Amino acid sequence: MPEPALLALRGVSKSFGGIHAVHDISFEVCAGESVGLVGPNGAGKTTLFNCVCGQLRNDAGEILFEGASLAGLPTFKRARLGIGRTYQKVEVFTDMSVRDHLLVAERSCRGEGRLWKDLLNMSSVTKSEADNVDATLELVGLSSLSDTSVNALGLGHCRLVELARALAAEPKILLADEPSSGLDVRETAEVAAMLRTVQRERGTAILLVEHDLSMVGEVVDRTVVMDLGSMLAQGTFDEVMANAEVRHAYLGQMGAA
Amino acid sequence: MEQFFGFALPGIPYGCAYAIVAVGLVLTFQATGVFNFAFGAQAYAAAFVFTYLTQIRGWSGFPAFVVSVVVMSPLIGLLCDRVLFRRIGNSNTTAKLVISLSLLVGIPSLLPVIFGAQNLDDTATIFPFFNPDVVYFTVLRTPVNGIYLSTITVTVVVLIALTALLRYTNLGLQMRGAVESRRLVQLDGVNSGGVVAVAWAISSFMAGLAGVLLAPTFGNFQSDTYATLMVAAIAAAAWGLLRSIPIATGVAVLIGVVSTSIAGYLPTDSIFYSAVLPSLPFFVLVAALLFLPGMRSLDLNRDPLATIDPPPPPTAAASRAPSMDRIIRRAWWIFFAAFVVSMLTWMPKTWEGVFNSGLALSTVLLSITLITGMAGQLSLCQATLAGVGAFTSAQLAHHLGLNMLVGGLVGAVLAAAVAVVLALLSLRLRGLGLALMTLAAALLFDNTFFNDASITGGASGLSLQAKWLGTSAFFSFNGHALFLLSLGVLAVCVLIVLQVRKGTVGRNLAAMRGSETAAAGLGINLTWQRIVVFALAGAIAGVGGVLVTIGSQVANSAQWNYSFSLIFIVLVVTTGVATVEGAIQAGIGFFVTSQLLTYLPARFGGSSLVIVLFAFGAVQYAKHPEGVLEFQKRQGNQRFERLFFPKEYYMLHPTELAPGTGA
Repeated sequence: MPEPALLALRGVSKSFGGIHAVHDISFEVCAGESVGLVGPNGAGKTTLFNCVCGQLRNDAGEILFEGASLAGLPTFKRARLGIGRTYQKVEVFTDMSVRDHLLVAERSCRGEGRLWKDLLNMSSVTKSEADNVDATLELVGLSSLSDTSVNALGLGHCRLVELARALAAEPKILLADEPSSGLDVRETAEVAAMLRTVQRERGTAILLVEHDLSMVGEVVDRTVVMDLGSMLAQGTFDEVMANAEVRHAYLGQMGAA
Repeated sequence: MEQFFGFALPGIPYGCAYAIVAVGLVLTFQATGVFNFAFGAQAYAAAFVFTYLTQIRGWSGFPAFVVSVVVMSPLIGLLCDRVLFRRIGNSNTTAKLVISLSLLVGIPSLLPVIFGAQNLDDTATIFPFFNPDVVYFTVLRTPVNGIYLSTITVTVVVLIALTALLRYTNLGLQMRGAVESRRLVQLDGVNSGGVVAVAWAISSFMAGLAGVLLAPTFGNFQSDTYATLMVAAIAAAAWGLLRSIPIATGVAVLIGVVSTSIAGYLPTDSIFYSAVLPSLPFFVLVAALLFLPGMRSLDLNRDPLATIDPPPPPTAAASRAPSMDRIIRRAWWIFFAAFVVSMLTWMPKTWEGVFNSGLALSTVLLSITLITGMAGQLSLCQATLAGVGAFTSAQLAHHLGLNMLVGGLVGAVLAAAVAVVLALLSLRLRGLGLALMTLAAALLFDNTFFNDASITGGASGLSLQAKWLGTSAFFSFNGHALFLLSLGVLAVCVLIVLQVRKGTVGRNLAAMRGSETAAAGLGINLTWQRIVVFALAGAIAGVGGVLVTIGSQVANSAQWNYSFSLIFIVLVVTTGVATVEGAIQAGIGFFVTSQLLTYLPARFGGSSLVIVLFAFGAVQYAKHPEGVLEFQKRQGNQRFERLFFPKEYYMLHPTELAPGTGA
């Protein structure tokens, strides 16, 4: 019996009033696979991410994770199943140090946070937690900034903190929403290399939303293209880029020609 | 039908006044993004000055109206904009709410300081537009007098003028643009500061107008009476989602009419008349908060330029150099030991009482550190929860003879339970929505449970008996028992808050405060965290309430009305809401300042002045969101570090150049 896909979307739709933000989207992501989700602005990529994470409820269709439906599960339970996420607009915890960001992730993915443990002084950081956090900081290259407050960091570092925080929860799949947004060429290349490392060494599946197509081409095994809420094409990066409909969506009449 | 109109028509003047304030709230929120709680206080100020000029100074109605409503009210609005709100145009909801709450608390306290204590009443004889004693005509045999005519005429004229301004003028268009992003419309060449100032002047004029119009309909002249005006107006504005002037107006008039209609049919000696009827506006507000999805996203920051704002500064304790940190920690222990020894040996009884009261209040204020400082949730009912604890323990002692200290624990549990119910009711509310829900709860308690003599003992309250505490030592200063009890309870509560802060729950709360979206995305159960923090803060407030009650030897509902919840927020924000020492400094500082002010002549305002001082401190939130005292501490630390530990200081602040190292 074949193993079910890690994440499967079947006919997922989401509307806001009369606007079909996502319409009848179906595709799968297998364990350890890296899939790019690309499309022009307003294609519905982030809305689809929000449906997968439970921040929005899909109107129709089904989202399966490891073969089980995610319907009705709140965001935090989906996260604990192993769905990690970074955000298009950076979402860091103001006032908190880089290390504390990772500690929060490390514990919350296991559903920890008992008040009585805090009151009895039983919630100190364990050695294994500290080691995991250090390893993730090392992976993303933030070791030297571990005790720095995120308030003192620039956008590039904040994006890395977000990524490290998501990885500290050891997700089975990472939904990365425009991780290179606001980064320069060197930083973008570093993020791309990091995502490849995470996929290779940790076996984490990656669903990558990105406008930088060269980065997508570098990172992903397969690409799904969306436009105006619908799916245009899927296949290898080169296949979809050669697709006339995709070129039209990105470049208009000139591209299709 | 005639009877119905006879009951309903008197509600129209109330409804019209509610409508004017509701529309003023909508206008300010639309133009500035500020939900101005201070409108009630501004209305009261205008009515106070109007009545003062006519009654005390003997002016006639028209010049008094011009001075109090046409000149003074817009000036107050312009002053608020220029000095306060202009500086926080891009700040978060909490900053804007705290400043408007400071004004709500500060303005009524400032009036006696300026004008002296005045006994103003009989306001019905000084109506500015029509003669209130003349019946101009009848509708279905219901007489229509000057009060009806003037409020309806003024309301209609004001609403038509305002709607025309917002819909058909360039200024209205610019106001609508300014609420999204003041900085963005400036890039389009609009003088957004001027636009917002006009909005403040107009809305403040409307607040003053509503105050003067309503003054004759209130039997007495108290600032608290204007709270009902505010809640009804807030409820109406909420049903209009703080956007729709017609809906806000319609609901406001409906609240006025329904209130007087129900009052007409209910027997005056029924519980519904005395308790439920005054609560009608709160029920309308709670219904809006619960059932209108738009109320959940009122304070979303839509400013595309929001990310250019600098982050808030760290606390003084977090930014200290290690050597400085060691010195301060040791100094604190020495100071603490000296304080305890002084209290147990030479401290005069008056001052021992002051410090005991301060320690008890600090315990209540710690609940605000927990819920607002750590979790970022603005609760405006912490005094109510303290009252729940106080009355529970007093009633258990009174009826069952249970020791008050044991009853205090039951009171804490009950206060926590009330807080949990509130948390569950407001699960989907954030920022402004949550503040309104908790304020409605506080006012509801004031009108129902705290207004019931069988619970609170009526106006004189429930006097405590020594036998309820097992010993009379707590009522006597000689044994210092009350001091040791207050200190012990505060120490335990401080320990609890510190343990929570450094533990997993504390980190989760900090994450929730930073970004709820990201926190949920990591696996944090936000619902559970909110319930936990509400419950814990409720329990601490309940324990604090019991301590305050033991100290004052009476459980009185006047100690725990809604205004104290607002004053408590103002106190803690002034000293620093993010730190435990902020709560302690606020609690002790409040009573020490009050005591010091008793040495001043009474004409300086007495107890009112202390609230004015703290309110002034809280409005500094605009410049120092970490608290004025916290800011001063950080500045002082840094000066000391530059002098004595320059190496550590310049390592911590690498962007500053050490003297002699610059180009």
